[in-house]
Amino acid sequence: MNPNTLPSYLDQSEPVKARFDKINQRETILEVRDLGKRFRTPQGEVEALRGINFSVRRREFVCVIGPSGCGKSTLIRILAGLENHSSGDVLLDDKPVKGPGQDRGMVFQGYSLFPWLTVKQNVMFGPKIKGHGKDEAERDARTWLELVGLEKFADAYPHQLSGGMRQRVAIARALVNQPRILLMDEPFGALDAQTRSKMQSHLIDIWKNIDITVLFITHDLDEAIYLADRILVLKAHPGEVQEVIEVPVPRPRSPGQFNTPEFLATKARLEQLIHPAPASEPEDEQAAQPQMIRFTNVADNVE
Amino acid sequence: MSLIANLPSVDSEMRKRTLLAIGSFLLPLLVWCLVSYVPFIWHPKVEVTDPGGVDYFQVGMLVDKSQFEDETAFTREERLPPPAGKPANPIYLPAPHEVAKAFYTGFAKQPVQKDAPWLHESLWHSIQIIFWGFLISSLIGVPLGILAGTYSTFARLSEPFIEYFRYLPAPAFGALAVAILGIYDGPKIAIIVIGTLFQQVLIIANTTRKLEATIIEAARTLGTRGVKLLTKVVVPGILPDLYRDQRILLGWAWTYLIVAELIGTSSGITFYITQQARYQHFDNVYAAIMIIGIIGFGTDLILGRLSRSLFPWDRTQDRR
Repeated sequence: MNPNTLPSYLDQSEPVKARFDKINQRETILEVRDLGKRFRTPQGEVEALRGINFSVRRREFVCVIGPSGCGKSTLIRILAGLENHSSGDVLLDDKPVKGPGQDRGMVFQGYSLFPWLTVKQNVMFGPKIKGHGKDEAERDARTWLELVGLEKFADAYPHQLSGGMRQRVAIARALVNQPRILLMDEPFGALDAQTRSKMQSHLIDIWKNIDITVLFITHDLDEAIYLADRILVLKAHPGEVQEVIEVPVPRPRSPGQFNTPEFLATKARLEQLIHPAPASEPEDEQAAQPQMIRFTNVADNVE
Repeated sequence: MSLIANLPSVDSEMRKRTLLAIGSFLLPLLVWCLVSYVPFIWHPKVEVTDPGGVDYFQVGMLVDKSQFEDETAFTREERLPPPAGKPANPIYLPAPHEVAKAFYTGFAKQPVQKDAPWLHESLWHSIQIIFWGFLISSLIGVPLGILAGTYSTFARLSEPFIEYFRYLPAPAFGALAVAILGIYDGPKIAIIVIGTLFQQVLIIANTTRKLEATIIEAARTLGTRGVKLLTKVVVPGILPDLYRDQRILLGWAWTYLIVAELIGTSSGITFYITQQARYQHFDNVYAAIMIIGIIGFGTDLILGRLSRSLFPWDRTQDRR
């Protein structure tokens, strides 16, 4: 499709507009105010995040996207309480976040399951830490494993599962604690394309059926547009919010929407923000330009 | 699970591996047999079977080959009956069958010397020393190592001194240990503890540090804090590696045993070995040295097998 014929990504159809109005009336779950993060390195002080402001409404699906080094992982780790911030506030239900807690579930990119526990025991971990009895924890675990479709694998060890299955367990393990918000740090980044798209649909199904708000980090533009209500676009050095995009693609979403005008318009805008002009290619990339030398017979052509 | 498809080849692979393992023991044994039983390989000595005209030769005496040739030439000149002999190895290299016999008699027959301990008595005493030494060392070293590996403050406070102390050779503390703990088993156990403990703390601290950070972070986001992080996450997470470390360290404890047993009143397998060497019963010496190897290797083999059933989730075992 010719990019000139695309509608603006800011144009929203009536149902989409109505949906955003509805979302904006819901209460705020997570509020980030003027968040900054600096850390010291041997090369001097680095400002990873500066002046981040945004809020997430209840049952909203927000994606965070940005070039590598924009501090998106740092951001989610601060929200999870795994790292401290240098300035600003992180408020969950209007209360400042202090350290990790069960009110924020986290799914990591690497399979962070406990290898010494079976699938069921992994899911039971949270409830048991909370002090629930074994029977109650087991009942909860079964419910959530059923939700992610892994009840048959309850007694398997994580190493016996495929990557996609492991992430399902990780999602169940986070959700069993009934957190206010689910933080996901490139959870499908290590999966193959097919599994990844299956997991995306699965995640939308879960999100539709339970009371959960999702903050999802990714570097995949399609994934962000496909999943999100709003996309937070970060820029690097220092990490700042460049734009918050309200995705004009209507719900319910399906993989068939990848070629709709709204989808392509949003994607074009994201491309523009994240990969601006080719001239700004970093110097070290230019220095690494390959010089092709012919190692085969001149007549032996493959193309 | 995916291994099921190529099970037959796994099976033959296992058989091949077993054969090679047996071969690795048979090979040195073969060399030993060659040197012992083939007369023209090495055999630098001559065992006198008939002294002939040489007045200081006796039956069964071992003499250098050159000396034997000189004496033979001498008897020829003097027209005396020549001595007879057969090629032999020095006394410190007994043949396999002699060692095998010593092995059997060590357990089955009263020792030649009065009051000398039986082989198995010596061995049992040594095993007890190892057991207590390793147990005491582990009771202190494992918790210290885990703490140092988990909390960097604790590591910075303890590790520099431990690094320093581990360079002090354990045997150097022998006299001190005797002065404090008496002459019997106390100082021996102490030497094994000193030799093992400091390495143990550092190795286990290192193993603990290798636990994946995301596992701990995941546990924290699930609400785990403080001591529970240690008992519910760090310890189970490193357990298979900790077990492997302990197996290696147990081997080190055995090497300190020999030194330890020479301190104070010598006892155990070392006493047996030195005593037998003094009487030039080298067959007994070899039998005793070999049995240390058999016990050490055997224990490790059993512990290795055990770890498969103890840690069914541990994937590093599949790679061996």
